[in-house]
Amino acid sequence: MAIRIEIGPKPGVPDPRGAGVAHRAHAYLNAPVKACVTRDVFLIDTALSDAEADAVAAAISDPVAQDRARNRLPPPAFDWLVEVAFKPGVTDNVGRTARTVVQDTIGRALGPYEEVYTATQYFLTGALDRDAAERLARELLANPLIQTIRIYSPEQWAAAAPDTTPPAMRDAREPEVRAIDLEVGDDDLLRISREGILSLSLDEMRAIRDYYRRDDVRAARAAAGLPAGPTDLELECIAQTWSEHCKHKIFSALVRYTDETGATREIDSLFKTYIKAATAEVAKRIDWLVSVFSDNAGVIKFNERWNVLFKVETHNSPSALDPYGGAITGIVGVNRDALGTGVGGEMLCNVWGYCFGPPDYDGDLPEGLMHPRRIRDGVHHGVIDGGNQSGIPWARGWERFDDRFIGKPLVFCGTVGKLPVLVGGRPSERKEVFPGDFIVMAGGRIGKDGIHGATFSSEELRQESPAQAVQIGDPITQRKMYEFLIEARDQGLFRALTDNGAGGLSSSIGEMCRLSGGAEVDLTDAPLKYEGLQPWEIFLSEAQERMTIAVPPEMWEAFAALAKRRDVEVAKLGRFTDSGLLRVWHRGRLCGELSLDFLHDGCPRMEIPAVWTPPRVPPPRALRAGDRTAWLLKLLASHNIRSKEFKSRMYDGEVKGLSVLKPFVGVRADVPGDATVMRVDYDGIDGIVLSEGVNPFLSDLDTYAMAASVVDEAVRRIVSVGGRWDRIAGLDNFCWPDPVLSEKTPDGPYKMAQLVRANEALYDVCTAYGVPLISGKDSMKNDSVRGGRKISIPPTLLFSALGRMDDVRQAVTMPFKCAGDAIYAIGLTRDELGASEYHRLRARAAGQPHRIGGAPPSLDIETAKSLYHALNEAQVRGLIRSSHTPTLGGLAVAFALAALGGELGARIELECVPEKRAHLDALLFAECNSRFVVTCAADRTAELEAVFRGLPCARIGSVMAAPELSISFFRRRVVQVELDRLRRAFRTGFAL
Amino acid sequence: MTPPILILTGYGLNCEAESAHAWERAGAAPRLVHLHDLIEDPTPLREAAGLMFIGGFSFGDHLGSGLVFANRLRARLRDELQAFIDRGRIAMGVCNGFQILTKLGLLPALDGDSFTQTVSLQQNECGHFQNFWVRIRFEPESPCIFTRGLPAMDLPIRHGEGRVFTASKDVLAKIERKKLVPCRYIDPETGKPTQRFPHNPNGSAKAIAGLCDETGRVFGLMPHPEAYLFPENHPRWDFQKTRGELPEAGAGLALFINAVDYLKAS
Repeated sequence: MAIRIEIGPKPGVPDPRGAGVAHRAHAYLNAPVKACVTRDVFLIDTALSDAEADAVAAAISDPVAQDRARNRLPPPAFDWLVEVAFKPGVTDNVGRTARTVVQDTIGRALGPYEEVYTATQYFLTGALDRDAAERLARELLANPLIQTIRIYSPEQWAAAAPDTTPPAMRDAREPEVRAIDLEVGDDDLLRISREGILSLSLDEMRAIRDYYRRDDVRAARAAAGLPAGPTDLELECIAQTWSEHCKHKIFSALVRYTDETGATREIDSLFKTYIKAATAEVAKRIDWLVSVFSDNAGVIKFNERWNVLFKVETHNSPSALDPYGGAITGIVGVNRDALGTGVGGEMLCNVWGYCFGPPDYDGDLPEGLMHPRRIRDGVHHGVIDGGNQSGIPWARGWERFDDRFIGKPLVFCGTVGKLPVLVGGRPSERKEVFPGDFIVMAGGRIGKDGIHGATFSSEELRQESPAQAVQIGDPITQRKMYEFLIEARDQGLFRALTDNGAGGLSSSIGEMCRLSGGAEVDLTDAPLKYEGLQPWEIFLSEAQERMTIAVPPEMWEAFAALAKRRDVEVAKLGRFTDSGLLRVWHRGRLCGELSLDFLHDGCPRMEIPAVWTPPRVPPPRALRAGDRTAWLLKLLASHNIRSKEFKSRMYDGEVKGLSVLKPFVGVRADVPGDATVMRVDYDGIDGIVLSEGVNPFLSDLDTYAMAASVVDEAVRRIVSVGGRWDRIAGLDNFCWPDPVLSEKTPDGPYKMAQLVRANEALYDVCTAYGVPLISGKDSMKNDSVRGGRKISIPPTLLFSALGRMDDVRQAVTMPFKCAGDAIYAIGLTRDELGASEYHRLRARAAGQPHRIGGAPPSLDIETAKSLYHALNEAQVRGLIRSSHTPTLGGLAVAFALAALGGELGARIELECVPEKRAHLDALLFAECNSRFVVTCAADRTAELEAVFRGLPCARIGSVMAAPELSISFFRRRVVQVELDRLRRAFRTGFAL
Repeated sequence: MTPPILILTGYGLNCEAESAHAWERAGAAPRLVHLHDLIEDPTPLREAAGLMFIGGFSFGDHLGSGLVFANRLRARLRDELQAFIDRGRIAMGVCNGFQILTKLGLLPALDGDSFTQTVSLQQNECGHFQNFWVRIRFEPESPCIFTRGLPAMDLPIRHGEGRVFTASKDVLAKIERKKLVPCRYIDPETGKPTQRFPHNPNGSAKAIAGLCDETGRVFGLMPHPEAYLFPENHPRWDFQKTRGELPEAGAGLALFINAVDYLKAS
């Protein structure tokens, strides 16, 4: 029996949370909810005196605006009460804070498992039947995977006693270590893998069996008193270390690639051949790489004081199951990557990007999938809470929509951080661990959260217990840990650190102990959220907000003392060694012993076939020449181009006060800028520039063009705002459908060929541009099979770029600035409408959505480099009033957005645009690479033209005071529209 | 003399860096002290000329913004805080810091009652966190020492709970009568206080953006002056530059300079 406290708004005090529920019930579910009043319920699972309980109730409520009561507050009038609580074991951040208040109020510490649990009440009025109330609860108020729902009619509520049963995890299993027999047939090996959710192939299971057959291993195990076969802890540890998530087996595989001519060649690891090789090639020409591919984030030199680091991750499957929890875990998880780089990185800003099904999707939704709108809302909410509560501003954000993302959303989260060049006189990127250093865990406690996160497939996820399936991030626990670790770093209290992500301790210790050469791990003192965890669960748990730290013994006392002062829990979990072994103990028992060589290098290599057959995709039927105003408006209103401002404004972009160019620019700050710029500290005028390129649509034609285009897009965005074209670093994040040939994936060879071609383009363009790849990640199983229907995402490469400006005060934005300025088009426009937003719109409008064909954008690298160099020069000379690089929707959308941003009109003569065999639609809407629309004061055009002499650059019109966009083609008007209409189209579905 | 300013940190507060920079630029000597350390040893508070409660999400704002932090201050440092204010020192709260000051009762502290909460900062009318820039004007009759003589300025807001709400109309009337509203959200076109979104971003009563106490030495506001120290922080600095109107410093700095001038004079 717990103490129950209910808190709600005083009568007459507005309840925006309730009002929001009523609004969304109407808008999303068409449910006739007239009103909704919300209340918070706290269940305090400890013994308190009445006076103490009353004092706690007072301390957790607002005397001005809220009422409170033990057990029950008198209810408002209602037709249904929906009460939503967390299932046992699910992270309850509000409950954790309330627990702090209880301790503050009663002046004593609660016991380790004396918790506070929260629930939310929704008192609904409206003509709903019980089914409708249940649907509302399921689809709007709660996620049944992690939450319990109780529904009461007024009569049921009156008849029921207040619920005082806390949803505590009670599991008093004794710890045990199971031995697993691998001396079985192939079928049983596969069964062991499948039933254990190990995701190991037959080859891999055989390799493990063979390891245990080795004479030296047998002898060592007998001597140590271990079973001949693997223990559960060992097998789990191997499975997660060898998982696709951690080992990148597809990128390391031997690929047999057959091109369209039938010629076949072998590629010995895509990662080595293309990604690592590109960076090695570029590294010969530059001197600003500090640490690439070896740490949790890539590090480059920024200035004399600072290095900067950058990492982007994905969190796709968890976000499909619990959008809020998956996404918040994604953002705070990648923050820990930044923190876990070198001797501890400091956060500068976050970036995010999502691929979703359309939020107004009304097609068939396979059983078990959430509606894309709900996924979108939850993902935004999670990353908003994660970023805002961590005090990290967002710098970039984007969204793309396609029906194929209803099966699996893509949730990209990234963090830019900084490292002092030297910490305590030593290079901050250096990561060292010495034998004898203590293994220390700091931050959150361990539960069953996210066990098997690294090995799960989403289908199996649904059958698992909720506590295991989903993690929910806790930004405040992490923020406290972050501040503590930076303080400890500056006092020299530890040697190295890394984060606990996929695989938990098994992965963080497994990786870190390679630096010393071994580890003796003792899990006995690992802080747990609740009892009953098995040793292997403690070792594998992906519970959030934890770092693993190497602390020299002589520093331990000071380290632990500072942690206590900063309210951060730390625990000693053994020592690093140089034995070549990872050994794990629990309560005096040896639970596992693995050779590091086998653990990290014993995984057999995959061999994957790849066959490239260029797809034949017809173009939309031709459209006669004529007015294109209506198509321009449709493009502005399309999901991919329309304003994303409403949701973006819920992210904090100003904390730290370092922003120079924010994500939105313009007189009304309502159009997206090409790239963002921020200072890295308060003393300098230099800054970082951030951008990205992403275009999954081009993959339907050719992933080579797709990858080349996204690299170019990211680079030219940086150049557009004034970033130096010769100081850009890149990150590659591949999200692919499973490309491995199997029964489930008969078209694997084509998808693998798509991957090969994307890698080829990445290598070609990065080496030519001199853009090193400093970090990256891949997510290779983005398919969903539900109700017999397989949905695979279009192959997606997010290319994130980190650039530099020497003087941020020279940054250039995209809106037109002054009436009378000359407008220039820079770069060649070609007939490249394939898979463009325009062709996709036309194809859908014609009821033939597959007819998106045409030439995809090409890339003329030498011309592009000359243009970027020239634009940088024009910017430094102060010739550029505005600069905008066209992306989706081509030049026409670029003109429209630059006009909206400046609240100024424009008159354009399209026939002046530098072009090569481009017809009207291509001139307006083609998404060709390496182009800009810039403006220049009328009295400086000669200087501008001199800078671009010999390059494709032409004056095409003027900025006008009249708020109207007017485009002609050989004197015939092809677009004529007032800014108001453009803005209305751009704001379509604004508050969606 | 360089006035020492104490900036409280910890538990999810997160504007310490830009706040410290603001005080430095204004000619003060900021010192960051974790709340835990101050409770253990309140000497830094006794030595400080000014105290700043910064923005962030103290304890996640899980139980209402600023509530838990305020409870802890009231329980552990009440007498020290009272003595600090009685000594004629100054205190400023921004965003979460303002929420903490109201929950504590230090604002508006009607009739000198410093530890009874009379005002609450409630959830925005729109129901969620928002970040954009607003225009505020400063009321010349207010006793607030931070806002003296300042022209209207643009500042960013970044909060989910910024709607000033009072338990009774009397409290609101008293606040107005005593001129304890140093700044209000205004419509940039008319220059007048407004209840309309987005100029009034949260639906705050009487367009109140900030409050002070009757001494004018304790002041809190929702917008973030410490986030507008560089001219390039302004969302339209590119247009200001084109027109030759880019200021030398961000307008938010003026509030800190006012405070330092006051401390130097007193």
